[in-house]
Amino acid sequence: MEGPLLSDIAYNRFIAEERLTGARCRNCGARWIPPRPICVACYSSNLEWIDVNGKGKLAAFTCIHIPPPSMAAQGYDRKNPYCVGVVELDDGGRVDARIEGVDPTNPESITIGMPMKVKFLHRTVNGKAESYLAFEPA
Amino acid sequence: MKKRPKLARGVAVVGAGMSTFGMFKEKDSKDLFAEAFRELRASVDRGVDPREIEALYLGNFSNDFFAHQAHWAPLIADLTGLVPKPATRTEGACASSALAFREGVIAIASGLYDVVLVGGVEEMSKRSTEEVAEGLALANTPYAGRVGFTFPGVFGAVATAYFARYGASREHLMNVTIKSHNNAPLNPKAQFPLTIRNIMTTKSESVKRKDLTAPDWPTEKAFLGDVAVNPIVAWPLHLFDCCPISDGASAMLLVAEELAGEFTDDPIYVAGIGQGSGRGLHRSLDLTSFEATRYAAKEAYSMSGLGPEDIQFCEVHDCFSIAEIVHVEDLGFFEPGEGYKAIADGATRLDGPKPVNTSGGLKCKGHPVGATGVSQLYEVWTQLKGKAGKRQIPHGDLRVGAAHNLGGTGGTCTFTILERR
Ligand SMILES: [Zn+2]
Repeated sequence: MEGPLLSDIAYNRFIAEERLTGARCRNCGARWIPPRPICVACYSSNLEWIDVNGKGKLAAFTCIHIPPPSMAAQGYDRKNPYCVGVVELDDGGRVDARIEGVDPTNPESITIGMPMKVKFLHRTVNGKAESYLAFEPA
Repeated sequence: MKKRPKLARGVAVVGAGMSTFGMFKEKDSKDLFAEAFRELRASVDRGVDPREIEALYLGNFSNDFFAHQAHWAPLIADLTGLVPKPATRTEGACASSALAFREGVIAIASGLYDVVLVGGVEEMSKRSTEEVAEGLALANTPYAGRVGFTFPGVFGAVATAYFARYGASREHLMNVTIKSHNNAPLNPKAQFPLTIRNIMTTKSESVKRKDLTAPDWPTEKAFLGDVAVNPIVAWPLHLFDCCPISDGASAMLLVAEELAGEFTDDPIYVAGIGQGSGRGLHRSLDLTSFEATRYAAKEAYSMSGLGPEDIQFCEVHDCFSIAEIVHVEDLGFFEPGEGYKAIADGATRLDGPKPVNTSGGLKCKGHPVGATGVSQLYEVWTQLKGKAGKRQIPHGDLRVGAAHNLGGTGGTCTFTILERR
């Protein structure tokens, strides 16, 4: 697909529209998720946007009890921890994402390799609409 | 084929100093650097006239944020009487002063200077814990930061991947913590000079004074397994897996190899030095390895002609316990997946075959981020000079030691090998 500049700004805007996107190099075919303006496999700048299949497996995770201010503003604290992780996508590549639909107070119930599917979180943070990439157990 | 990295001219370390690390209400960055600089001057056997120093390279990550003051290199040049000579700040997150050391080495090797001061400083404790966490997380990648990964969170995720791949568990993280706490009381500069046993005794006594039932921890691991005293920060990392918030400074005097004899009869030489970059968590080639560390180590080994087996002891960047386990593998001391077993067997203890973090490491010595890299090299220098006092490695003939420094979540890593010839 044609589209805006291959930037993180546009990538985050697509997440707000519930689309997980990346870039494909028209020169060598390499795929990059999140998108990149320069292909670092062949150094071409001839890349295009692609939609990415939001299925994968949990590759790493953590349950955070001491949140940064942006997460504290979403109501998370020591009593209400949240889970974030790295998801290995079925079509290749990995993404950092919030992990929903698991119990962050019982991290031993969360297992590496769990099948995951994409989910998009829409929150109001300090009065501003924000959207976040998330995954949940498939 | 890439040529073997080589310095055009050899470089020696002839002096070193560091402030005590800790949380200081009454000391600012200049006071801390002054402490390090005074010790450095006293450590040069034949003395150094500060007027001989030609340039300063200073590591500082983010005093802009932590102390609301930027542009530290000229301030420290003025403090030490170097103005108007050039002063350059290096920033590589928690590896900032290892970069200052490396730039100083390169400047001398190039022939531009003969005598260079390098060091680092960071003043963090005047901010709240939440603000410090936010400040450190500025060195995260934007993708990890956006979804809420903190620094401990990134290393927590590395730990879950490592556990799943190699069968390690929290108990293996505890081995790292207990070992660092065993070394720290032997280091008079350490922020937490206490063994885990010392801390258990203090906690029990304070509970008894309040007439409450004293907790009974039969072992150090039982204590570390009690979330009342060791709460979760970012699973599986708990409080005692994490380095503290610290203030401190460190400094070293580098000179051209052929001039070393004017300063000392016992110079310590830079045998090999390497620096690498990383791509961030989601794009790392392997979630249980740091590419930047492997690259830096390869460069330093190649330059020195030495291998991991030649490194007699090492300061390893242990911002979190899991980092020490992964890095002793990335540095080639142990095979991938074997590091946690070697640590469990005592290989990295002060009296073990490959002592790691004899200083107490970042965990106990403290981690004023911009000062850490040169403070690690200070420990290597001190051990090689035989001046480490109670924590002197009991190997007899110490000739080769190294320091590994990591910035951010692995975006910048260095590996530096020092030797006595
Ligand atoms: Zn390409």
